[in-house]
Amino acid sequence: MNKPWFAVRKELSSRRRTFLAVMSFVFPLLVWSLVSYVPFIWHPQVEVIEAGEVDYFRAGMLVDRTVFEQERETLRAEGRELPTGTRTNPVYLPAPHEVATALYTAFSTEPQRRNEKWLHESLANSIQVIFWGFFLSSLIGVPLGILAGTYVAVSRLTEPFVEFFRYLPAPAFGALAVAILGIHDAPKIAIIFIGTFFQQVLVVANTTRKLDPSLLEAAMTLGARNAGLLFKVVIPGIASDLYRDMRILLGWAWTYLIVAEMIGASSGITWFITQQARYKNFDNVFAAILIIGIIGLTTDLILAWLGRRLFPWQRAARA
Amino acid sequence: MIHLELPSYRDQSPEVADRFRRLKERPVILEVKGLTKTFDTAQGSVTALKDINFCTHQREFVCVIGPSGCGKSTLVRTLAGLEDYSSGEVLLDGKPVRGPGPDRGMVFQGYTLFPWRTVKKNVMLGLELAGRSRTAAEEEALQWIDLVGLTKFANSYPHQLSGGMKQRVAIARALANQPRILLMDEPFGALDAQTRAKMQGYLLEIWKNIDITVVFITHDLDEAIYLADRILVLKAHPGEVQELIEVPVPQPRNPSQLLSPEFLATKRRLEELIHPPGAETEEGVNGDRLNMVRMVPVNAKVESVF
Repeated sequence: MNKPWFAVRKELSSRRRTFLAVMSFVFPLLVWSLVSYVPFIWHPQVEVIEAGEVDYFRAGMLVDRTVFEQERETLRAEGRELPTGTRTNPVYLPAPHEVATALYTAFSTEPQRRNEKWLHESLANSIQVIFWGFFLSSLIGVPLGILAGTYVAVSRLTEPFVEFFRYLPAPAFGALAVAILGIHDAPKIAIIFIGTFFQQVLVVANTTRKLDPSLLEAAMTLGARNAGLLFKVVIPGIASDLYRDMRILLGWAWTYLIVAEMIGASSGITWFITQQARYKNFDNVFAAILIIGIIGLTTDLILAWLGRRLFPWQRAARA
Repeated sequence: MIHLELPSYRDQSPEVADRFRRLKERPVILEVKGLTKTFDTAQGSVTALKDINFCTHQREFVCVIGPSGCGKSTLVRTLAGLEDYSSGEVLLDGKPVRGPGPDRGMVFQGYTLFPWRTVKKNVMLGLELAGRSRTAAEEEALQWIDLVGLTKFANSYPHQLSGGMKQRVAIARALANQPRILLMDEPFGALDAQTRAKMQGYLLEIWKNIDITVVFITHDLDEAIYLADRILVLKAHPGEVQELIEVPVPQPRNPSQLLSPEFLATKRRLEELIHPPGAETEEGVNGDRLNMVRMVPVNAKVESVF
């Protein structure tokens, strides 16, 4: 076990890898905990416990530390009853345990109004929007990308326009999408589609072009022509890279989700987050953000695991 | 070079001469007539191949050899149909060749096995494309895999095989289509010397036992002499045929012939053609030479390597 931890592009033992993976989560959590639980780190505000003789102080109120100290000085000079309080962080930075509790209570708390949705309903709605946006985009984008990567004619016919269109920010189409598709899920799906599709065509086309041309030549000497070449060599040849691209693109689709859900009738997880922020339930806000991260990471891990089963011949390339 | 008393490479024993006479009576499989290929670059048009003429007879083994840049790879790729040519004709069984096809099998230096297919599936591809049913294709593929001795690895993926094994799969894959001719572009170039010698043995063994004509590109003189009936020697800039040598080493070949007088005589001739004595003074000397000065300290313990 005396191997160096830092050797350029040398593999680590699996124990070290696991350890470091855990540490990558532990470290930020540690920083968060330090800031939250060690009173002399940051804590720029004071939570008033007893208002003393300050008129506008109320128990439980948060005031800036400088203001609090000033008031104390003034009162002390006048010999009046002093306010007391404890140092605390602003309301927008809840402590880890509060967020952990919120992770549970956010699901179990009934919505404030009858027509509002439970958290799990909001989440389901978000996942649905992502799914349809990404699915519809892939349905056209992947075949088009493969064709563009295979045939120069298709590439020249599509890619210049796609290249132009991908610089148009998807959210800019928000108002237009609402005007055309109404205020519910359809415009949101459209935004995710626009955000994903144009990148997808280019990424897939590039992946297709990266296929070793000598494999195509070999297949041609074995008698493969257009369709055979496409279905027996190009598609299976890029399948594993394509799968990896899709995993990355799915991540992008999630970033467009937040914008998409803001337009028209606000809905889904974004609606939940903005609503909770309005009520100043920042622990719930953090919980919701964490949930997005957890869903994203879990999906990716499952897809990675599935990928290893789907493409067993890839294992050597990685090892 | 030490001077050895060698016969002329043109001297053929009666048996060898008789074999060549019979060989030339066999039907012509591949005929190349006036093949010329030029391509345009930024510096103007370059002639890669110039007026190449030769023909191969059924079950003949032809090696193509030449200095780097002589266009031997271009030649074989043109025969395979992977590259266009400017003028001339390539005839397979008397019919002109256009584009790649399963009647000309090809083995590349880079293996080019499909990494997502097992050994068996790699060999099956050509058969599938020819419209053979799955079971028939599988059965046939297994026979070819058996022929190259890889039955145990039929269900392995290419990445699990050594270089030599990969190239055997590539050979089996090309042969499974039962092509008229097998084109091999420096197939053993990436292998180590021992594996390469073994592969040469396998290849001769396969060639003896099936009806296949081979055109084999190499830059290794020994390999060319050991394998070939005839050697097509190209020269560079432009790629032209220098000589078509009939190898006087008797068939069947075995490694002990590597030091026989006929073998050495042929090798000397190839050396003359490919590395002509005057060539170095013409272009190489000033442009491509080490600029060495003595960099050993005066008091070095080992003063000279000699």
